[in-house]
Amino acid sequence: MDAPAVAVRGLVKRYGNVEAVRGIDLEVARGETFGFLGPNGAGKSTTINILCTLVEPTEGHAEVVGLDVVRDRAAVRRRIGLVFQDPTLDAPMSGEQNLRFHQELYGVDRRRAPARREEVLRMVGLWERRGDEVRTYSGGMRRRLEIARGLLHSPQVLFLDEPTIGLDPQTRGTIWDYVAELHRNDRDLGREEITVFVTTHYMDEAEHCDRIAIMNEGRIVALDTPDALKAQVGADRVTITTDDDEAAQRTLRTELGLDPAVREGAVTIAVPDGAGFVPRLFDRLGAHGVAIRSVTVTRPSLDDVFLAHTGTTIRDAEAGPSMHPTAMRMRR
Amino acid sequence: MTTTLRPEALHVPESGLATEARAATVVWQREMIRFVKDRSRILSSLAQPLLFLFVLGTGLGSLLNSSAGGSVGFTTFLFPGVMAISVLFTAAFAGISIVWDREFGFLREMLVAPVSTASILVGKALGGATVATLQCLVLLALAGLVGVPYDPLMLLAMIGLIFLMGFMITSLGLVLAARVRQVQSAMPLVQLVITPLMFLSGALFPLSGLPTWLAVLTHVNPMTYAVEPLRSVVFDHLDVDAATRARFDPGIVWGTWPVPVGVQILITLACCVLLLALAVWRFRRTE
Repeated sequence: MDAPAVAVRGLVKRYGNVEAVRGIDLEVARGETFGFLGPNGAGKSTTINILCTLVEPTEGHAEVVGLDVVRDRAAVRRRIGLVFQDPTLDAPMSGEQNLRFHQELYGVDRRRAPARREEVLRMVGLWERRGDEVRTYSGGMRRRLEIARGLLHSPQVLFLDEPTIGLDPQTRGTIWDYVAELHRNDRDLGREEITVFVTTHYMDEAEHCDRIAIMNEGRIVALDTPDALKAQVGADRVTITTDDDEAAQRTLRTELGLDPAVREGAVTIAVPDGAGFVPRLFDRLGAHGVAIRSVTVTRPSLDDVFLAHTGTTIRDAEAGPSMHPTAMRMRR
Repeated sequence: MTTTLRPEALHVPESGLATEARAATVVWQREMIRFVKDRSRILSSLAQPLLFLFVLGTGLGSLLNSSAGGSVGFTTFLFPGVMAISVLFTAAFAGISIVWDREFGFLREMLVAPVSTASILVGKALGGATVATLQCLVLLALAGLVGVPYDPLMLLAMIGLIFLMGFMITSLGLVLAARVRQVQSAMPLVQLVITPLMFLSGALFPLSGLPTWLAVLTHVNPMTYAVEPLRSVVFDHLDVDAATRARFDPGIVWGTWPVPVGVQILITLACCVLLLALAVWRFRRTE
């Protein structure tokens, strides 16, 4: 049996009197894409830095692919890829020179090195620009080059610390496409799938993860699949527009025992399984002669999950839930 | 806990001397890439030694010639000293440049690799030494203009000594850079440390007949032990009488013991090792 990609027990990190990480337990399986969410100062970066052997824990144990991050530091480093929040490229060198530097530093087999460079450069779409100095690259290109570099030595675990921060929405999407492609490639080649450990505070991005941990004030407050976390928070919302809202409302109450609300010319119903409910909805309203013009099914977002789990904002949630993700982004 | 790692999935070898050497080599190569790309730096760092040699040397020389009356011109005396000054500034800058690597994040890329900090810093020090030596080759080409012969053995010995001096001063630059967080404060720090090293090294004046306080300061300056072998090699290949040599190249004397050149080189080597070890220690503590 392979050891888990990441195993953390009772992890504590104190800086003087400040307790950045207050005892967390965590296990990430091989091949998983694991999302680490939380506001700034929640302890995400400290945890990821401990896992990457850059910071030593005050208490507790952390292992990466079965190797202790304190005792087997160099061995862990050889098996992980790192993409930091802040840029770590050498601007006067070309894209390819940066990659070659990394391969030499990690002692990658020289015979395989050029082919591997081409592979990762093509994957992130920088093959044509490989000879240009990095100073001429845009922010998105630089981030893509860093991801390519993080993969050069075929790591078993790839750590991405806020990989999409400061990027435009399109590039953010591209970054996640690469993550999906990594898993697909490994599967196609029958290789062990790479484990991706990613921190982010963009809620929508957590949807790309197999499982998510939500961290707040140094503790993990929730850990599950995105779907399960959303299911915990509440029901789906089905919003319909009809020819006769009054009749629709009446039918939903009497026939289905639901409590619909009419707002801005639309009827909204809260149900546990929105998609599964739609056929029944058509059936019942059709039988009573109410024509449906449009249907929207909205699942609870991870924003809702986040607010539910990070105590301080839960009271403000009702006043204006859409405020919070924006406010958090601005604080950076 | 037992682990099963499939070896074919790992492209990265376990640590070993070969891996460390590769890391140091690539850090050195990067310094070369930067040196070749930065032509303005090459030209501007040549200007200062040329001014010292031909302007200061000629100016002071005219003053000395009337009284000295030796067969050796002041510019000839100054030639190895100017070489040392060139090394001092070039290598110190190469060492302190790691502050820029930190500022732009690349230092992190180097320090998180599965190699020792020592290998990274050895690569840096070798890079600084090579750059300093390459700069000096241009100055060496001018030897004939100041009455120094183009003797192949002398030139080879000088190149070796210059490289050693470059390694020592780059290491010193690294020691200084270890705690510097701000790019703006890097250059003033270099000036503060390098200028006294230059003036107290015997690069600009002979170490004979100095007042005690100045003699003491020059004798505790490690740079003195790197400059003197260089001058000694030049004077070995000049046609001078003993009196002139004693005047311009008196050597280093501890009490009554004239320190042999071999011992001076050993002292320089020891300084290289000590400074580099100090730099490694400081970087391990702060990064």
